Amino acid sequence: MAIPSPYIGSALPYARDSFMSSIISIKDLSKTYASGFTALKTVNLDIERGEIFALLGPNGAGKTTLIGIVCGILNASTGTVTVGGHDIVDDFRAARSMIGLVPQELTTDAFESVWDTVSFTRGLFGKPAKPAHIEKVLRDLSLWDKKDDKIRTLSGGMKRRVLIAKALSHEPQVLFLDEPTAGVDVELRKDMWQVVRDLRAAGVTIILTTHYIDEAEDMADRIGVISKGEIILVERKTELMHKLGKKHLVLHLQKPLLEIPPDIFGFANLALLNDGKDLVFTYDTQGERTGVTRLLADLNRLDIRLRDLETKQSSLEEIFIDLVKQSETVGAGDRS
Amino acid sequence: MNFHAILAIYKFEMARTFRTVWQSIVSPVISTSLYFVVFGAAIGSRITEIEGVPYGAFIVPGLIMLTLLTQSTMNASFGIYFPRFTGTIYEILSAPVSAFEIACGYVGAAATKSIILGLIILATSWLFVPIQIAHPVWMIGFLVLTAVTFSLLGFIIGIWADGFEQLQIVPMLIIMPLTFLGGTFYSTHVLPPVWQKIALANPVVYLVSGFRWSFFEVADVSPAISLGMTVLFLVICLAIVWWIFKTGYRLKK
Repeated sequence: MAIPSPYIGSALPYARDSFMSSIISIKDLSKTYASGFTALKTVNLDIERGEIFALLGPNGAGKTTLIGIVCGILNASTGTVTVGGHDIVDDFRAARSMIGLVPQELTTDAFESVWDTVSFTRGLFGKPAKPAHIEKVLRDLSLWDKKDDKIRTLSGGMKRRVLIAKALSHEPQVLFLDEPTAGVDVELRKDMWQVVRDLRAAGVTIILTTHYIDEAEDMADRIGVISKGEIILVERKTELMHKLGKKHLVLHLQKPLLEIPPDIFGFANLALLNDGKDLVFTYDTQGERTGVTRLLADLNRLDIRLRDLETKQSSLEEIFIDLVKQSETVGAGDRS
Repeated sequence: MNFHAILAIYKFEMARTFRTVWQSIVSPVISTSLYFVVFGAAIGSRITEIEGVPYGAFIVPGLIMLTLLTQSTMNASFGIYFPRFTGTIYEILSAPVSAFEIACGYVGAAATKSIILGLIILATSWLFVPIQIAHPVWMIGFLVLTAVTFSLLGFIIGIWADGFEQLQIVPMLIIMPLTFLGGTFYSTHVLPPVWQKIALANPVVYLVSGFRWSFFEVADVSPAISLGMTVLFLVICLAIVWWIFKTGYRLKK
């Protein structure tokens, strides 16, 4: 699938758009580590207030580096970041006060109790003690009955919840969730996403990275794709699915075919599946002419009878894989 | 100032101390008491007074200083190194706290703990020998200043260290020998003239001397010089900590 050319590369038109309600603004951000490895190349990105933004990318694409810089864990090589209009370097107190971070790694204190470690984070972020809020957070995350337990006695999933509770302890306006459901069972994942939905409803902006693309498809308002340190696409999920989604027309045949007739329309986009019982035609929904009519006419001409037919939309995962492959091809082309 | 953050770090570190009370408090008190029994009571009984002070009493300030230096360094270095080791340092780095506030929390807790230890050892020594404190305010002043300074040093070591072995190197291979050679168990006046001059290059001499002066008004060097050297060391440590947080050395990639 071809990515529309304006979306490829770092000079992205959308990135320069000034969102009326942008809460995070990243301008010309780059990061080169001391080893010489460039993790981010001139990233521009705006996050809208109150949205769920899913940042997708393969391992090593730069997702965690980007989050680390915004949260103050890493130093940027160049560029600026503002959170709620506050520069993360010059006005770091105001900027960081707005952010909660759930890191990818399960990094927790081993010997503290759940209550103490969550209360500690609230204090660290400059907020006075508020036991009622801590209790609410722990109850929402089903941690209330574990509040006095030492963290080392908890399961991996429970530790993940503790990290979320810590991030929410100081009532942040922006929440970063870096792979929040890694190693978490299905039930727990559902609980977590419910908490995320509730937070969004309360006006919290959420930026999440996940390898479970179905989660992003389900949760996100907008999708950003990062590959090799470059944001290669930012788009509303619905528009992305609409623009870049391939559609499959699945034709269930009355009699199986041994091979696809070579003179049929759309030969290159046809595939035989299910022992020749299904003929699948892949087409671009954005095309002026999809070719469906001509294909059906050809089937009629060749006396290929249909038992049934259905259409299927590409999943976000397929779109994501195509985008990353495309960007890698462009990158390889640039280097050659 | 983010006072809530300073208090949170301080309470967190003090809670760790009281969770490991045998390791943090009982163990150093017992080992220092053993020094006192061996050097003060057993060997000391055969040594005459030093500059008018019974030997058993003479070594008390040195022993307190020995504990203060090693414990301040080790407490503070472990306090900041452990979050680096486990990865929980992300929380400190992403919080709206300044370098000064972070250092206040960790260093304050480490210094508090070693001051408590010093006072426990002082109280214990009263069981063995009569102790007089000529200048109690100065005694407390030297105690606090030294504890804070060496906690800052420990904080620096905890950020510099890349492993538990490095964490131990400075306290065990540098501070401990310097303390033993810094007049803990003797007055530098008993050394040959050349070694007296060499001993002045040891910063611990000034700490022990000033602290001992506050007890017995007996000093190897002038108390003013002791105070000046301690403050100088404090300022150097503060400058290094400020630089670490400004550059992100070993904290931020």
